[in-house]
Amino acid sequence: MSNNIAIFNDYLSKGIRFDGRRLDEIREVEVTTDVSKTAEGSAHVKIGDTEVMVGVKLGLGTPYPDTPNEGALMIGAEFSPLASPDFESGPPGIESIELSRVIDRGIRESKAIDNKKLCITKGEKVWMVLVDIVPLNDDGNLLDAAGLGTIAALKTTYFPEFDGVTVDYKKKTKNKLPLTKEPIPLTIYKIGDKLFVDPAIDEADYYDARLTVTSLEDGTICALQKGGIKPLTTEQIDEMVALALKKAPEFRKKIGGKK
Amino acid sequence: MAYTKRHDNRKMDETRPIEAKVGVIKRAHGSAYFKIGDTIAYAAVYGPRELHPKFMQNPERGILRVKYNMLPFSGQGDRVRPGPNRRSKEIALVTQHALEPVLNLEDFPNSVVDVLIEFPQTDAGSRCAGICAASMALADAGITMKDLVPSIGIGRVGKQMLVDLDYYEEAYEEESVADIPLAMIPTTEEFTLLQMDGDVTKEQLKEALILGKKACHNIKKVMTTAIKQKFQEGVKKK
Repeated sequence: MSNNIAIFNDYLSKGIRFDGRRLDEIREVEVTTDVSKTAEGSAHVKIGDTEVMVGVKLGLGTPYPDTPNEGALMIGAEFSPLASPDFESGPPGIESIELSRVIDRGIRESKAIDNKKLCITKGEKVWMVLVDIVPLNDDGNLLDAAGLGTIAALKTTYFPEFDGVTVDYKKKTKNKLPLTKEPIPLTIYKIGDKLFVDPAIDEADYYDARLTVTSLEDGTICALQKGGIKPLTTEQIDEMVALALKKAPEFRKKIGGKK
Repeated sequence: MAYTKRHDNRKMDETRPIEAKVGVIKRAHGSAYFKIGDTIAYAAVYGPRELHPKFMQNPERGILRVKYNMLPFSGQGDRVRPGPNRRSKEIALVTQHALEPVLNLEDFPNSVVDVLIEFPQTDAGSRCAGICAASMALADAGITMKDLVPSIGIGRVGKQMLVDLDYYEEAYEEESVADIPLAMIPTTEEFTLLQMDGDVTKEQLKEALILGKKACHNIKKVMTTAIKQKFQEGVKKK
């Protein structure tokens, strides 16, 4: 392992990665929406060989007592053993919990969904936005793929028909989910004094620290998550945030945002 | 009203359109995609690999371990709660029994072959689509096997016997419905999956098996073509 880190560092010092990419180069990104007819919104994101599917269901629920006129968002991720020999069956592990919570935070804190528009009857009935994230193939950087997929799926979510009593999931209306902002996470990895983005699986363990920066189109930062065991200085954080904001439009343009 | 014409204009013995592909999940040792109508199954195979805990190992033959999972957004109605439930566990068991007879598991003592089946969307017939996908994924993984295992649902709506019911037909309210998922080893014409919801006469069951046989032979052709395609593409690239 340590030997491989040495080789990786050697590559980075020459400005390239194992697969020949530059340090700040993201693999090819493909986004397909409407991949599940049974979901109210869905997307399939491919970053290199990493593939993630995201589905959105809209369900009826009771509002929380402190927000009686607001709907609610729930984001879950299940790392099925389908996607990697390293995933095991069972309750969600810490990696999938962190992933879904970081994505959740970006959407929640930016107030990307107009929760008041999800209210049907104040204090009684609201729409719940239920997002499920499923990796299909883990070739590294699941978080960025899942974050992009979540926004792509929410952006193409339509309400099902609702007559006041029951929901007819077979019929979708033309009413879109009220998504007002598009927070997109992008993670910067640091090893030694080198920064890199979008690790493939063979590079995924080689970092001292990582910083996920969720940002909006205007550059507003709406969620952060530092990972890894090494601390970061102010200058390093500055540098990582700047790189994240510089690279974010590459993801954003794949879901129809401005370049 | 008697169900004499199918709502999607299919012939009584016609399956919905099928799409099949292998090698769709790069990290898996074998994988497949099987779409029949609006039901989509992904299957991945990992192994043979060492089985833990060790006391579960069998020194005489490998173990086939199947997981069947509907993704939370794949149901016809509300979100499906993630994780195993009684239904998914039973389907995993019958899927394992449907596939095991064709596998040479004695080639892999002390090992496990994991089959993971996931559904992003369903419109009835998911266990059959899952068996088809799993069988192709096992072949793609190079697990030695005697044959593929095509699988299909045969049904009865009123007096009419039908091949490959979709959800509309399965939930038809104006007449009684029976649903018979089955799987078959084409070379020997032996059945490895046979279940039923609803009721049929002895004669109708016999008819169902005949219809099932014919459909399974056809599905095997689709599966074989898909597997060959991957290797033909491989040759072209070189």
